[in-house]
Amino acid sequence: MKPLDPRLLRYARATRAYLALTVGLGVVAAALIVAQASLLATGITGVFLDGDPLDPVVPLELAAVVAARAAVVWLQERMAVRAGTAVKSELRQRLLARVVALGPGWAAGRRSGELATLATRGLDALDPYFVRYLPQLVLAAIVPAVVLARLLPADGVATTTIVLTLPLIPIFMILVGLHTEAANRRQFRLLSRLAHHFLDVVAGLPTLKVFGRARAQADTIRRVSDQQRRVTMRTLRVAFLSALVLELLATLSVALVAVGVGLRLVAGDLDLATALVVLILAPEAYLPLRQVGTHYHAAAEGVAAAEEIFAVLDTPAPRRAGTVAPPDPARATIHLTGLTVRYPGRAEPALDGLTATIAPGEIVALTGPSGCGKSTALAALLGFVTPAAGRITLAVPDAAGDGRTEIDLADLDPAAWRSRLAWVPQRPRLLAATVADNIRLGRPDATDDEVRRAARLAGADAFVTALPDGYATRLTDDGGGVSAGQRQRIALARAFLRDAPIVLLDEPTANLDEATAAEVLAGVRRLARGRTVVLAAHRPELVALADREIRLGAVRAPLAVPA
Amino acid sequence: MSARHHAGAATGGTGPGADRGGWLRLLLAVSRPAAGRLGAAALLGAGAAATAVGLMACSAWLISRAALQPPVLHLMVAIVAVRAFGIGRGVLRYLERLTGHDAALRVLTELRVRAYRRLAELAPAGLGRHRRGDLTERLAGDVEAVVDVLVRVVLPYAAALLVGVGSVALVGTLLPPAGVALGVGLLVLAVGVPALQARSARRADGGLAPLRGELATGVVDLLHGLPDLVAYGAAERRLGRVVDTDRRLREATERSAATAGLGSAAVVLVTGACVLVGLVAGAVAVRAGALSGELLAVVTLTPLAVFETVGGLPAAAQRLAAARAALGRIADLVAAPTPVPDPVSPRPVPPGPYTLRLVDVTAGWAADRVALRHVDLTLAPGRRVALVGPSGAGKSTVAALLVRFLDPLAGQVTLNGVDLRDLRGADLRRIVGYLGEDAYLFDTTIAGNLRVARPDATDAELEAALSAARLLDWVRSLPDGLATPVGEHGLALSGGQRRRLALARLLLGDFPVVILDEPTEHLDEPTARALTADLLAATSGRTTLLITHRLDDLAGVDEVVRLPARDARPVPTPRPRRVAGRAAC
Repeated sequence: MKPLDPRLLRYARATRAYLALTVGLGVVAAALIVAQASLLATGITGVFLDGDPLDPVVPLELAAVVAARAAVVWLQERMAVRAGTAVKSELRQRLLARVVALGPGWAAGRRSGELATLATRGLDALDPYFVRYLPQLVLAAIVPAVVLARLLPADGVATTTIVLTLPLIPIFMILVGLHTEAANRRQFRLLSRLAHHFLDVVAGLPTLKVFGRARAQADTIRRVSDQQRRVTMRTLRVAFLSALVLELLATLSVALVAVGVGLRLVAGDLDLATALVVLILAPEAYLPLRQVGTHYHAAAEGVAAAEEIFAVLDTPAPRRAGTVAPPDPARATIHLTGLTVRYPGRAEPALDGLTATIAPGEIVALTGPSGCGKSTALAALLGFVTPAAGRITLAVPDAAGDGRTEIDLADLDPAAWRSRLAWVPQRPRLLAATVADNIRLGRPDATDDEVRRAARLAGADAFVTALPDGYATRLTDDGGGVSAGQRQRIALARAFLRDAPIVLLDEPTANLDEATAAEVLAGVRRLARGRTVVLAAHRPELVALADREIRLGAVRAPLAVPA
Repeated sequence: MSARHHAGAATGGTGPGADRGGWLRLLLAVSRPAAGRLGAAALLGAGAAATAVGLMACSAWLISRAALQPPVLHLMVAIVAVRAFGIGRGVLRYLERLTGHDAALRVLTELRVRAYRRLAELAPAGLGRHRRGDLTERLAGDVEAVVDVLVRVVLPYAAALLVGVGSVALVGTLLPPAGVALGVGLLVLAVGVPALQARSARRADGGLAPLRGELATGVVDLLHGLPDLVAYGAAERRLGRVVDTDRRLREATERSAATAGLGSAAVVLVTGACVLVGLVAGAVAVRAGALSGELLAVVTLTPLAVFETVGGLPAAAQRLAAARAALGRIADLVAAPTPVPDPVSPRPVPPGPYTLRLVDVTAGWAADRVALRHVDLTLAPGRRVALVGPSGAGKSTVAALLVRFLDPLAGQVTLNGVDLRDLRGADLRRIVGYLGEDAYLFDTTIAGNLRVARPDATDAELEAALSAARLLDWVRSLPDGLATPVGEHGLALSGGQRRRLALARLLLGDFPVVILDEPTEHLDEPTARALTADLLAATSGRTTLLITHRLDDLAGVDEVVRLPARDARPVPTPRPRRVAGRAAC
């Protein structure tokens, strides 16, 4: 882990001001520490050696210094929380904007759950970094310097001891840290496998019970857990060495300084006030470095989250979006020519050389076994994925009727093109909003009557009206509160309201029971009227709806089930 | 469908805080086997802190004494002590950390096993099917919270208590007012500041939690729904709303930031106050002759070291809040009633052949969510019955009743006339096998998954089962054959292969009665048709209940029972002709 990633300064501007403030407060804090030591030393020496009563100014000044130190600490932490919040907010907004810009094609290749966690709880891991680690890092640079500057004129020997031992701490920590990291890497796989085991067994509990194996697994869990403990302890024995070195160097150095100062006092080379200042300040020189060590691991987690975000932010856009306005879809014929799509990390193309023509007003069914690329073809039409080979073009007859203009889909303004499309995916995503707002997705300004009409056409009006609050019923996360069939019909209503000339449907009746499928099918039939429809279909009744069927090749099936 | 998906409510009933002290009792119970090690760790921790305090006290005395320029010999004990303290802290702390982590990990094992045993009793009815994935992941994380509690809260507090009492005694003996001040200061840090922090955190969170929830929902909607949003041109608008929520959350957080840092400031203030009391009261005592002058530095400076070692207490207390919630959830789980308890004195399983019967059964995953009303069903020996009906008709509830994952709310389920509630669940499930849509594949090899059914099965027996499930040719074509790993949740296999592997496992279990619950759900049409035919062929000769919503592949069954809308009894229909069934679709 780099102590301070320059990208953090670049992507999160709030970091800069915070860093400057922290340095300023660090200097003040260091000065106050030195002042406190001097006051204490003066006070004690006066009473003890000179037998005077305590100068009343000393406790007053001391109280003021303590109050000031507390204020600095409070201010620092308050600023840290504010800065951390601002940085998290800035990174979150940049991340989300970037993901939206990269689009569904890019997001499809990653687990969206991980991204969502990263954008929320993952970022929270930056709190310890900003609130604890970074300030201590700054103090670790400032406090020893100020303390040493104060000690140098007072006692050269003690200063030298500290100057010599202080750098040993980071050096040893880095050495031990490197060793730990290597050991960690070796054991991380083993550890995560062991941790995974518990999850796997618990998730499979019903199955274990069916086979009467649930009880027996308790012993396995104990054994695996014990093994995990032994592996962890092996790592920790090394990892804690860095703390041992840190403590040992810091405390032993203080002890050496104390003894040395004592001996020089006896010899009369030093006065008591100076000796006390040395004694009080010596541990302070080591303290921030020790704190950095304490907060290192918590901070590393936050930095790791930030690095994941930087990786997304640094992802270049796959290609420049086109800018051409799309032609009138009612006249445009869609040509797919040798269309091939590959997803990163997969050897086989998801869609292999599809050539087809879709005339305006035609209903076309894409058929073929699972995994033959039906959904991918629709994703290409939506502009979600960039073809690895081949292209999609729109051909419009010229006004004179003696020729035609062809436009590549890649050159079109994607937003304008998509405004001519309605899409009902296999599993539509419903938002945590009202039913009406979910239907309004493609036309936010639609009136209540229009929403209702679309729902009626989609066969959704009856069940929506029966919901507790009708169209104003708020769905919970991802359509919690409606069944799979109802979800499909809400998505159909979306498509109706969108009123687009081209409709893309992806197995809208998959996994529905017969009665529900029939209702959805009736909605699809109404939607198809007067539009160009491309339909990914398994069910014969869905295929029967189409004017024409395009069979996608039964592509390679090395893992296919025996028929 | 709806019945199973709302089952989560059944167990969600015991919310957090249902039993406030539950987490502590649980913690004590699981910590008992490691009590010795934990005690040792606490002593080592206290020792490490004591050396730090000792180093400061001893050095302060050494320097004060040295200022009077005695013969060096008189300082030797102090010098040796200071050096010993200098070494002791690091070493003791290292040992404390190792001992403490080892003990905590032992406790973790104990808690894991305990939680698992409890889950095994509860599953699946007591867990709720809806969010089982969430539940297990959360549980795994919650269990690990115990390490945090022990290592970062319990042990530091125990060490602080020991060293705090010792320091107060030392300083108090020398100068009673300074001892009192130190004691009060320690109490403030260990108890007062954490209580204040908790209160302000609660107040702040009360305002922030709804915004955090709104933000999380917005982010999840945006990222998971990105294809829908982009297709409908709504992504930018949605992003704008998330950004707006984010801004409001930031402003609210900034408003509540004033309380941040109060804990750290309190440490500084309390330390300063104790030092001041030591100096002022000490100076008075020295003048009055009640305190030797060379001890003034000791009473004044010792608090600096004491608070350096216990300064982490407010932060430790903050950790407790989160960890306590996690342990509380496990305590709730441990305290949850067993939904399907085994009888106190179970009856022996009657001899075969077996007839399973539902007699006027009303059932549901929760009392207020009845999925099945007044249903009768007979599964006679050797009969092959298909149970069909629309989603939500309670088909899967029937399956759960027959393997006793669920007890009826009214009526009874019998095996050869014996109520299933009088049998041990494990005994019943040696007779009745179950293959569900959600048959789980473990992250191990093909052979490992098969041997879940029979740990002692030979490779030949595994191959026979695979052959019956029509998977053997494929397995043999794999380079690693039976030793091929199936991946997490079996994801290295296709949907059809997963079901066939689960079928092979069921066959290996050699159950006289099998329940096949929507075994082709979520498969594409040709795969589903082929699998249904193979399923019926492979289980021929066994009493079979095939639960399905597909009407067109029922040629192999003797009887079709329709489970219509709720409130109606199932109507046996004559066996459909295969051709007619197809045409209807």
